[in-house]
Amino acid sequence: MDTILAVKDLAVEFATYGGTVKAVRGVSFDVTRGETLAIVGESGCGKSVTVQSLMGLIPMPPGRITNGTATLNGKSILNLPAAEANKFRGVEIGMIFQDPMSSLNPTMTIGDQIAETLKVHRGKTDQEAFKIAVELLERTHIPEASKRAKQYPFEFSGGMLQRAMIAQSLACNPAILIADEPTTALDVTIQAQILELMLELQRTENMSIILITHDLAVVARMADRVAVMYAGQIIESGTVDDIFYRSSHPYTLGLKQAMPSNTHDRDKSLSPILGSPPDLFKPPVGCGYCARCPYAMAVCAEHLPPTTKISESHEARCWLHHAKAPNIEELHQLEDQDAG
Amino acid sequence: MLVRTEKLKKHFTIGRGQTLHAVDGISLTIDENEILGLVGESGSGKSTFGKALIGLHPKTSGEAYYDGERLPKRFSTKDHLHYSKQMQMIFQDPYSSLNPRMTVLDIVGEGPGIQGQQSNSEIRDKVAFWLERVGLSADHMSRYPHEFSGGQRQRIGIARAMIIEPRFVVCDEPISALDVSVQAQVINLLDELKQSMGLTLLFIAHDLSMVRYVSDRMAVMYLGSLAEVGPSNDVFFDPQHPYTQFLVESNPEPDPNLERRRAFKPIIGEITSPVNVQAGCRFADRCPKVIDRCRVETPELITLSGARQVACHLFE
Ligand SMILES: Nc1ncnc2c1ncn2[C@@H]1O[C@H](COP(=O)(O)OP(=O)(O)OP(=O)(O)O)[C@@H](O)[C@H]1O
Ligand SMILES: Nc1ncnc2c1ncn2[C@@H]1O[C@H](COP(=O)(O)OP(=O)(O)O)[C@@H](O)[C@H]1O
Ligand code: SF4
Ligand code: SF4
Ligand SMILES: [Mg+2]
Ligand SMILES: [Mg+2]
Repeated sequence: MDTILAVKDLAVEFATYGGTVKAVRGVSFDVTRGETLAIVGESGCGKSVTVQSLMGLIPMPPGRITNGTATLNGKSILNLPAAEANKFRGVEIGMIFQDPMSSLNPTMTIGDQIAETLKVHRGKTDQEAFKIAVELLERTHIPEASKRAKQYPFEFSGGMLQRAMIAQSLACNPAILIADEPTTALDVTIQAQILELMLELQRTENMSIILITHDLAVVARMADRVAVMYAGQIIESGTVDDIFYRSSHPYTLGLKQAMPSNTHDRDKSLSPILGSPPDLFKPPVGCGYCARCPYAMAVCAEHLPPTTKISESHEARCWLHHAKAPNIEELHQLEDQDAG
Repeated sequence: MLVRTEKLKKHFTIGRGQTLHAVDGISLTIDENEILGLVGESGSGKSTFGKALIGLHPKTSGEAYYDGERLPKRFSTKDHLHYSKQMQMIFQDPYSSLNPRMTVLDIVGEGPGIQGQQSNSEIRDKVAFWLERVGLSADHMSRYPHEFSGGQRQRIGIARAMIIEPRFVVCDEPISALDVSVQAQVINLLDELKQSMGLTLLFIAHDLSMVRYVSDRMAVMYLGSLAEVGPSNDVFFDPQHPYTQFLVESNPEPDPNLERRRAFKPIIGEITSPVNVQAGCRFADRCPKVIDRCRVETPELITLSGARQVACHLFE
């Protein structure tokens, strides 16, 4: 397989008044050309910090990358000096955010901002750059692109801003687009438009996408592969079918059962996951999910479960996969039901 | 029927002689002990409708009735006191809707305090009861909102509303700000309160799957007007109004096989501005089935069969 991004054992901490937040605690994943990898998990589990460290966007201090490597096409990208980070950020990896306003200049027209990227990174002249900017806006289906290019961010709706951000990220033909909750603030109809646009561009540009979301339904629509994060670690990863139809970690199962599925009867009540995620100031020594897990055993609180290979494509980090663990029939039954 | 509105309008004057038609003539009923789900795009007027209904906004025109009584056009302080014993609202944002400088006891006990008929120890007991009832603990009373997670804060908001033992509660996006794992806790709690206390709820939300799951009937709003109303399953599985059809089609499901099979064509364009709205169907400029009449004549909500209603010229 054509791996373009390889992240290994990434660990990130933040020094705060309250102590050290261990935001990311040993995360490894690969991204291959043209695929969509979804990183899913609840708020605060370290999704954004993971990708921000790849982009060189972690504020240091208080942040610190304490361990790990990340290579893009074989070249190391962690802890680059600022000048080098600037050259690669947005060029080889593009990124869009939940709140596009936060990364746009409110005093500059949308067209000029995209043109600026083209001038800086691709050496285009003013005129060329603006012309390409308009083409990029057209490619993201912004109506009347040449008129819209002369407008300011505040004149754009949320959906249009997200299109403009995507247009800007395309300016340098990045190999990877990182989208951090790109549709969380949007209505479901506009979300559908943006997701469709991302899929279309992925096909035409053969771009890889890392999609960060807390929404399993969005994952089901978009992802080829999925990494489920919990308390700063990836606790399960696999193809989208592995994750949805052969869930092998109690947290993944819990998430699925907490959501209404439209094949379920209304009288079947939802099963919430009780409690809340652990405090990352003092992350548990054992399994991060231990305090909320209905299957927790004595070993779980004491020792971090190893990553078990379930199939060629599928891994889970849970003691239940240990040879000596009790047979988890309940887990398998639930799986079968959901796959049916 | 516990709640009814008739051609309820709430317009805002926004300067330069412009009028924003946030709610533009909504006629809706909510039965006793029913959960009515209200869905629609951001800015379609859901919150404004909920607020105008329970007197948090003065009405521009039209009527609202509660338990057969006509509600005043503009609530006086006395009206607020009187009706807040019956009608309450739970807000979207569990972070900003609780005063950070008040303890949980003060926040939850504020209601009965205003009502003024109870001693401090009675209020304390009641707060303790309600904290336990929503799945928190009486020990939480002396803590401040920032010491709680999002789901816990939302429960504090629910306890604050429920301690008054209202009959009708407007829940404005009570779960939107919560993680999936926690949403189910709040939904189950609301459902349980409905069953045990005979509550009636207006449940405003973006999440179509969740609304289908919790509500008995579903109302779809578009640009200040109702597009479709009916039993939740019917509206969700067999939408009639062209807008509802797009909405359902856009709603992703946590099922990759289903998503791969979905023939997918997102709706084009975006919701138009509710400023200075002209006659005609609110959805005309995005509707693939638009006919000439749609641009000049506003469709009325008509009854199709049984409890199903739709506002579209194609059904007349
Ligand atoms: N106090 C106000 N003054 C002027 N305009 C207002 C006011 N409150 C709401 N509006 C406008 O009324 C329209 C409806 O707003 P409302 O908050 O009811 O929408 P909503 O359907 O609840 O949206 P969301 O899903 O984003 O919560 C919007 O265009 C909004 O900007
Ligand atoms: N600049 C920062 N300073 C201190 N803590 C931070 C900072 N950025 C993130 N964190 C903490 O790191 C953890 C992971 O955050 P994040 O990656 O943003 O989560 P999410 O999965 O929601 O994207 C959280 O506990 C968060 O509070
Ligand atoms: S390791 Fe133990 S606590 Fe963690 S998910 Fe598996 S069974 Fe549950
Ligand atoms: S009235 Fe006309 S424009 Fe409106 S939804 Fe029906 S067909 Fe479409
Ligand atoms: Mg984040
Ligand atoms: Mg609202």
